[in-house]
Amino acid sequence: MLITCPYCGPRDVIEFTYQGDGNRERPDPASQNFEAWNAYVYDRLNPAGDHNEIWQHSGGCRAHLKVVRNTLTHEISSVAFVRGDHGRGDHGSAARRKAEDKA
Amino acid sequence: MSPRRTDTGGRVDRLKTIRFTFDGVPYTGHAGDTLASALLAKGVTLFGRSFKYHRPRGLLTAGVEEPNALVTVLKGEVREPNIPATMIEIHDGLVAISQNRFPSLAWDINAVNQLGGKILSAGFYYKTFMGPVFGPLKGTRFWMFCEHFIRRAAGLGNAGSAKDPARYERMNAFCDVLVVGSGPAGLMAAKAAADQGVRVMLADLEPRFGGSANWSDETIDGAPAADWARRTIAQLEGRDNVRLLPRTTVWGYYDNNTLAALERVSDHKEQPAKGEPRHRYWAIRAKSVVLATGAFERPLVFPGNDRPGVMLAQAAERYANEFGVLPGERIALFTNNDSAYRVAVALKKAGAAVVAIADIRPELSPEMRKLAAEAEAEIFAGHAVVATEGGKALSGLKLQRFDMTNGTLTGDARSIHADCLLMSGGWSPTIHLASQAGAKAEWNAARQAFLPPKPTQKWIGAGAFTGSFSTTEAIAEGRAAGLAAARGQSTPAVLPVVEAVPGDPDPAPVFEIRANGKSFVDFQHDVTAEDVRLAHREGFVSVEHLKRYTTLGMATDQGKSSNVPGLAIMAEALGKPIPEVGTTRFRPPFAPVSIGSLAAERFGDLKPERLTPMHDWHLAHGATMYSAGLWYRPMIYGHAGETIEQAYVREAKATRESAGIVDVSTLGKIAVQGPDAALFLDRVYTNMFSTLAVGKARYGLMLREDGLAFDDGTTWRLGEQDFLMTTTTANAGKVMQHLEYFLDMIWPELKVHVTSVTDEWAGAAIGGPKARQILATCVTGTAVDNAALPFMGIVNGEVAGVPVMICRLSFSGEMAFEVYCGAGHGTHVWEALVEAGKPFGLVTYGLEALGTLRIEKGHVTGAEIDGRTTARDLHLDWMLSKKKPFIGSAMMDREGLIASDRLELVGLIALDNRPLNGGAHIVEELDEANPHGSIGHITACCYSPALGKHIALALVKGGKARQGTRAHVSDPLRNRFGPVEIVSNHFFDPDGSRMHG
Ligand SMILES: [Zn+2]
Repeated sequence: MLITCPYCGPRDVIEFTYQGDGNRERPDPASQNFEAWNAYVYDRLNPAGDHNEIWQHSGGCRAHLKVVRNTLTHEISSVAFVRGDHGRGDHGSAARRKAEDKA
Repeated sequence: MSPRRTDTGGRVDRLKTIRFTFDGVPYTGHAGDTLASALLAKGVTLFGRSFKYHRPRGLLTAGVEEPNALVTVLKGEVREPNIPATMIEIHDGLVAISQNRFPSLAWDINAVNQLGGKILSAGFYYKTFMGPVFGPLKGTRFWMFCEHFIRRAAGLGNAGSAKDPARYERMNAFCDVLVVGSGPAGLMAAKAAADQGVRVMLADLEPRFGGSANWSDETIDGAPAADWARRTIAQLEGRDNVRLLPRTTVWGYYDNNTLAALERVSDHKEQPAKGEPRHRYWAIRAKSVVLATGAFERPLVFPGNDRPGVMLAQAAERYANEFGVLPGERIALFTNNDSAYRVAVALKKAGAAVVAIADIRPELSPEMRKLAAEAEAEIFAGHAVVATEGGKALSGLKLQRFDMTNGTLTGDARSIHADCLLMSGGWSPTIHLASQAGAKAEWNAARQAFLPPKPTQKWIGAGAFTGSFSTTEAIAEGRAAGLAAARGQSTPAVLPVVEAVPGDPDPAPVFEIRANGKSFVDFQHDVTAEDVRLAHREGFVSVEHLKRYTTLGMATDQGKSSNVPGLAIMAEALGKPIPEVGTTRFRPPFAPVSIGSLAAERFGDLKPERLTPMHDWHLAHGATMYSAGLWYRPMIYGHAGETIEQAYVREAKATRESAGIVDVSTLGKIAVQGPDAALFLDRVYTNMFSTLAVGKARYGLMLREDGLAFDDGTTWRLGEQDFLMTTTTANAGKVMQHLEYFLDMIWPELKVHVTSVTDEWAGAAIGGPKARQILATCVTGTAVDNAALPFMGIVNGEVAGVPVMICRLSFSGEMAFEVYCGAGHGTHVWEALVEAGKPFGLVTYGLEALGTLRIEKGHVTGAEIDGRTTARDLHLDWMLSKKKPFIGSAMMDREGLIASDRLELVGLIALDNRPLNGGAHIVEELDEANPHGSIGHITACCYSPALGKHIALALVKGGKARQGTRAHVSDPLRNRFGPVEIVSNHFFDPDGSRMHG
């Protein structure tokens, strides 16, 4: 699998560390909403198809990347820097809506 | 009568004689021979014994799909089993032996298994050996008794136990177009792509490029097909944008058009050339792939179809035309399609007598009748072979009239005398790589074959692979595929003109002749048509279950010749059309791959070594080094005659009595800098850092998001916006990644930069009652007294002319200081400190003493912060700030994490004064015979010189409430049982008076 880091270019997956489901939304730090915290810490989407994922280019520029990967074909349709997105911009919400629509 | 070498013809060099042995018998062959062709030329027809029944077996094929003729090659001490004789190029000194026979190939005592054929039918192992015991000869225990004998009788060759001295290589390659297969389609594709100027790789598993051109009687552009192939290859060879890979099996098609290939670089040589590996593993990233992998001919399923002398028609064509070997003198053919007729002509031309062609079809085209006449063969249209005769070699066969509409046999059997029977059951495109790439094959009723699916990755098919079986089609498709793969413009071109015998590519839809006797579907695993039907009668309907139950197609040939006939028989039993039964998905590898090639150069100890700046000094001063993760750290500085225990006890004792110094350069160090650094640390640590004064350090604890403890360490405030965080040695990388994640993902608005500076600093911790005095004698530029350097204070100064940063903090519980300097000055400063300590009795100490001092103090490390414990479990709840949220604060108070029966940190004292063991269980009631009732375990233990006792830290259920009570260690593995007292983890100097001084 190749991931095209926006900074470093196409690199082998061995240079990257998977950092989990990119659809998670971290509750406000002071929030005591236990359901929301539980969902953030433990719930993961597991779609058969396009999935929003976070990968860190740990063997390269160390940036965190939001990657859309098809879990059936491993095809990567988009890679972008996470930073500036707060990890909960369009990236997460769009896929979550999609998952909710399906359910 | 027997097989023999022809006087002329073939691509072997009759002037070059090669000597080799098979089962100890010396043979000769010619350059260009395979082991199969060379032995066949000498009249050898018996190559092996079958898997279950030990039936004699000969060559079925001439290529990679060979299921029968598997041999073991011996090279020195090394034995490599299960190699098809058809894939071994002979060389001088080659030593090969046959397999699965005892005591010899010709006289095999297990052949008696044939008589018990019914017993060893499908599912025999499951039925006999699985489940509970009813009677003496059933069940799992019976299997355990029989396994040794069965494994010896059934199976393949034995792997050797000697270390493989061969060298293997891995190569990463990139190209625009990878062409797999070098028949006419592949050659045209490679040439068309290369003409576009792109980077082309052409791989073929055979040593000779050309594929079917090497054995067909066709002409291309007026020359023999093989000459046309030679010319085309010569054109490719000269180009610097083309890489040719003969003897290279492309065996895996992975994501992103990454393909795996095995190049057998020097197996065909007596000795590899200097620097040459045995095998080379290619990881090829191709922008686009042309699959021109051809097709495999299928056997027909009829009684006795496995007798030596029965082979595939195309194999005979190859032996005759490519190797100049006639597989028999009197040859009969049995076919359901036209392709066998050109083989009849080829064998006639090569000098054999073609005595009969039995064709399942009642009607034959005039062209086929003409070819049969050319071969001087008698035609038996609407006939089938119902039996074969002979022992270890074929002597004849029986024909009967056959009605292909209903499968019935009528009339009297007619005997035909023949020493070789060639069969053709149609063709299956070699779609393995396409299937691996991700899509489902599609059944084509006319071709009676699975054709390649629509591409799911960037590949284009050409030639027989697509079901286009004629060379004319192969050439046109090959060129088109090559152009498309290279993204070239399709220009009209004059294609090479092929002159070939005519033929209909569609076979009759018949796979099996049902008559009495064993009809083999899977030759390598000895699966018969009746086994498939038995599986169906027993309720197996899924093709995947059928495969596993009968083991059909699960041998090392992966059913290359047996999958489609097996499926057809299953479909018939189920009363369903073949596409509804479905095909199984092909998985890598296409053909067996040497494990050595996968490891290539990457074997042995590949771990990088991390050495501290003072590493050489430690070695020079008697340190025994210990590998801690990637780091090497001194374990003890042993004196002559000392045991490890004596050494660490001496070091720890001296530290508490005078002073000790230890290398702490391995601690993780992260520079946390920026306007929001303090705010960031408040969120990362459970306790406050924004309130920390510049020039002071604080002990911090981190939790994970789920509220469990993660890591601990001190963080030093060097400036308003400048912190130096230290982590445990083991977690340095994880903590760095943790910080980066939160800065990038969660709080990108924070102006903070984190930098790993572990390798930038050398560190020495010097502790003990004399530590301050020692520093006072060697540190300049600053005072080190209590006023200038209070507990947790930081000062800058110099040691031996080198700038140092000193923080007064203690892990040992003594008055202690960590002295940091630039890594390049590490040894210089270390030596100066050691020198300054000499008058004060300073000792160097290692990890063992470090551990002892920390156990005495009850400090936690990774053994206690084990990913399951909370801050409360470790009595660190005083560090959980209530004034602010932090990572893990929302989750740390969950019910299960605050329960009173959680494992909590305690101290243990051995009441029997004997050593304790890490990992030993703690129990309330001792029961040595039946150990049970664990209430916890020991995480770390030592002999404490300060207490004069064997002590330990442990995690014990409700441990805090148990302090002052007794329990027992229960360690049946090491036979260590005995009473302990549960105490506080703070064994020594609990109020910290020593470190505060
Ligand atoms: Zn990068």
